[in-house]
Amino acid sequence: MPSPDAIEQEVRQFLKDNFPLSADGVVLDRDDSLIEVGVIDSTGVLELIGFIEERYEVQIADEEVLPENLDSIACITRFVGEKTAASNGAG
Amino acid sequence: MAPAEQLTAEALRLPDAATTAGEIAERLREVVYKDLRRRGAVVGLSGGVDSSLVAHLCAKAFGPERVLGVLMPEGESAADTLDLSNVAAEAAGVETVLEDITELLRAAGCYERRDAAIRTVMPEYADGWRAKIVLPSLLGGSRYSLFTVVAESPEGERLEARLTATAYREVVAATNFKQRVRKMLEYYHADRLDYAVVGTPNRLEYDQGFFVKNGDGSADVKPIAHLYKTQVYQLAEEVGVPAVIRERPPTTDTYALEQSQEEFYFSVPFDKLDLCLYALNEGASAEVAAAAAGLPTEVVERVYEDIERKRRAAAYLHAPPLLLEP
Repeated sequence: MPSPDAIEQEVRQFLKDNFPLSADGVVLDRDDSLIEVGVIDSTGVLELIGFIEERYEVQIADEEVLPENLDSIACITRFVGEKTAASNGAG
Repeated sequence: MAPAEQLTAEALRLPDAATTAGEIAERLREVVYKDLRRRGAVVGLSGGVDSSLVAHLCAKAFGPERVLGVLMPEGESAADTLDLSNVAAEAAGVETVLEDITELLRAAGCYERRDAAIRTVMPEYADGWRAKIVLPSLLGGSRYSLFTVVAESPEGERLEARLTATAYREVVAATNFKQRVRKMLEYYHADRLDYAVVGTPNRLEYDQGFFVKNGDGSADVKPIAHLYKTQVYQLAEEVGVPAVIRERPPTTDTYALEQSQEEFYFSVPFDKLDLCLYALNEGASAEVAAAAAGLPTEVVERVYEDIERKRRAAAYLHAPPLLLEP
C-alpha cells in the first residue's frame, strides 16, 4: 500500500504532466482547490478519476466524485489512502 | 432593465421589442454592407428559435430576397428539424437550399469514430443503438457534474456509463464534425453569392461557450449574441416566428437520442440560468438571484461558480488565432 507521501508525490507528478497550468510553474499548496485555481476542469476531473482508478487499482463510484475527495492534493491523498486501504482490506 | 437589487424574473423583458428588432436590423445592415462589404446573408436554419429569429431579422435588414436559409439535416437529426426549418423560412419569406450532410459526415468518419469511442465505456453499444451525452443536474447536490453516455438499444433497453476523459473527448471531437461541416456549407453558399454568414448564438451560448470552434462558433456577424434567451423568445414573438418553433424545448439536435441543452451543457433550466447570468453580470448577490429565480441560494452559488468555470473554458473557444509577433 503506498504511503501518503508517495501518493502525494505521484498526484503532483500526474497534475504536472497532464495539466498545462500546473506544468507552467504554478506551485500548488496541498489545500488549493484544483478547480478554483483553474488547474483542472470537468474533463480534468474525469482524467483524474481515470488516473486514480488505473494507478491504484480501485473503483470510484459516482457518489464518491465529490469536491471533498478530489478538489485538492490533500483531499486526493487522503481519499486514495482510504480507497487503497479498503481494497487491500477487502482483498 | 431593473437594477440588481430589485431583481425579479421580469428583469430580462425588453421594454419595447419592436424598437429592439428595428435597431438590430439597422445595425446588421450597416455591418454587412459597410464593414463586411457583402450583399446579403446566409443563415443556417435548425428549426430552433435562435436561427429562426436571425432569419427574420436578416429578412428585415436586407429584404427576404437577399437572405438564403440553408437546411442541413443529417441521419440523426430530430424528425421535426426539417419541417420546422421550412416553417421558419416560409414565415420569414426567405429562399432555402437543402443540404443533407449525412454522406459528408460518413465520409469524415463522424459516426464511426464516435461509436468506437462510446464502445470503450459501453461494449454493448452496437449498430442501431442511439446515444446521447448528459451532464447530471447541478440542482441535485454538491457532486461534480460528470459527463455520462446514455444509450438505447433498438429494443428499448437503456444503459448508462460514465465517460472516461479520452472517450468524452473523442465523442465530442467526432460529433463536432456536424457543426463544422454545416459551417463549411454555409461559407460555400456565402462565397458563391457574395453574402455574409450570419451566426445564431444567443448570449447564454456565446458567453458560456456552447458552440464548436470553427463550427457554429464561426460567422461574420452574430446579431443576437447580446440577447438573453428569454429576450430571444420575446423578440421571436415580436417579429413573427411561428409559435410551433417558439414552443419547442431547446435541443442540441446533435445526438441521436433526444437531448435537451440542459442535459448536455447547462444543467439548470435555461430561464433560471438566464436570470442567474443576468444577476451575476449586474453584480447581484446569490441571495438576490436566488429569490428572483426561485432557487435555493446554495444552488445559485453553484450556478455562479459554474458560469465562471465555463467562461474560463470558453476563452479558448473565443480566441482568434494568436500571432506571436505583431
